[in-house]
Amino acid sequence: MIDEGLKNELQKQGVCVTSLQELYNWGRANSVWPLTFGLACCAIEMMAASMARFDLARFGAEVFRPSPRQADLMIVAGTVTKKMAPLVVRLYNQMPEPKYVIAMGSCAISGGPFKQGYNVLKGIDRYIPVDVAIPGCPPRPEALIHAIMKLQEKILNQKLTGPDRPRHLNADMEGEYPVPAYGKHDLEPPKNPEVWQPPAIKR
Amino acid sequence: MEALEQIKARLGAALPLTKLDILPNECSGGERSLLVEPGRAFDVAKFLRDDAQLKLDYCSNVTGIDWPEAKIKTKVTKKVLVEGVEKEVEEIVETLRSGHLEVVYHLYSMELQHGPIVLRLRTENRADKTHLPSLTPVWRGAEFQEREVYDLYGVIFDGHPDLRRILMWDEFVGFPMRRDYVAPDDFEYEPTPHDEVLAEAKKHYPTTEVKA
Repeated sequence: MIDEGLKNELQKQGVCVTSLQELYNWGRANSVWPLTFGLACCAIEMMAASMARFDLARFGAEVFRPSPRQADLMIVAGTVTKKMAPLVVRLYNQMPEPKYVIAMGSCAISGGPFKQGYNVLKGIDRYIPVDVAIPGCPPRPEALIHAIMKLQEKILNQKLTGPDRPRHLNADMEGEYPVPAYGKHDLEPPKNPEVWQPPAIKR
Repeated sequence: MEALEQIKARLGAALPLTKLDILPNECSGGERSLLVEPGRAFDVAKFLRDDAQLKLDYCSNVTGIDWPEAKIKTKVTKKVLVEGVEKEVEEIVETLRSGHLEVVYHLYSMELQHGPIVLRLRTENRADKTHLPSLTPVWRGAEFQEREVYDLYGVIFDGHPDLRRILMWDEFVGFPMRRDYVAPDDFEYEPTPHDEVLAEAKKHYPTTEVKA
């Protein structure tokens, strides 16, 4: 590794020194292409974020792809019903690695105001790993931009080697997540225990 | 638009009906409705749509109501002889209301700019006799809403062109909007439980021994 001070000194002299990891992550972080994909009112805010006033293009994330094969980021924007959840997981499976998930809004995080209903999933994190969660009902476009900046931060800090390297660089890690099936009253299984376990609450 | 009593009288004259009631409404709006026997509902619907004075050509809303079996308490004043003197005594009488499903249609006229007329149909019970005639052949717009009533309440509409679930998945068993539907028990993680949710969430609380 190059010394930070030396690197800065060299940059002042017009010599750019970097590592492959930095270059690779820099490129990835500034071209996070989301999947065109909205489930409810949060999607309206997502659209607003990509329009001229908020201009998601400043962060390289304006290229909403119509196909999961071309997308890097899934913004789960809205209420995930139990009927929709298997399709969301299938779309996620169809995205190529490296891929990231933003759970946008209360519904995608936990079921939100519909949590006690018979037909709403209590958070998409029960089936797929979520990188950034944005609270709000719906979150403002600024909040989505903040989430994308957080995601960029995460991407920039990912190490390409070592034991904590991301999933797409680890051949031993499972890339595909099981798609739940429609059951008699609920999805089967109702959660993926490998992804989500009920957190311990102090009572 | 003419009064509901007048419509009822004209309906009675035009069709051989055995049962046609005007249901009162105690709410602030006070919108009363016509309760029609299911066997004649199709003819009544056609009459309401085609009658020159009504022309109710637009069915804006179809919804369902679940009425489970219930004991209804009503106060009745009775005259009782107490020691030779007649006195008025209030008594609470319990009557058993049989359970049934109800479907409500809200009808308007686009042509004559009036409405609504509220039409109600009731099934015989909530278990096996839940059939009602479909009014989709009369008002095409009722198709999806009748499917929804079937999906969530379990009313079977005879004569519906495509009666299958619309909101829930096909494999779903039961009717979630019925009062006695039991939702799956997935309250294992409730950070802020309250009321009914608290009771459900407590079933998942870890059983720890309390040390004195």
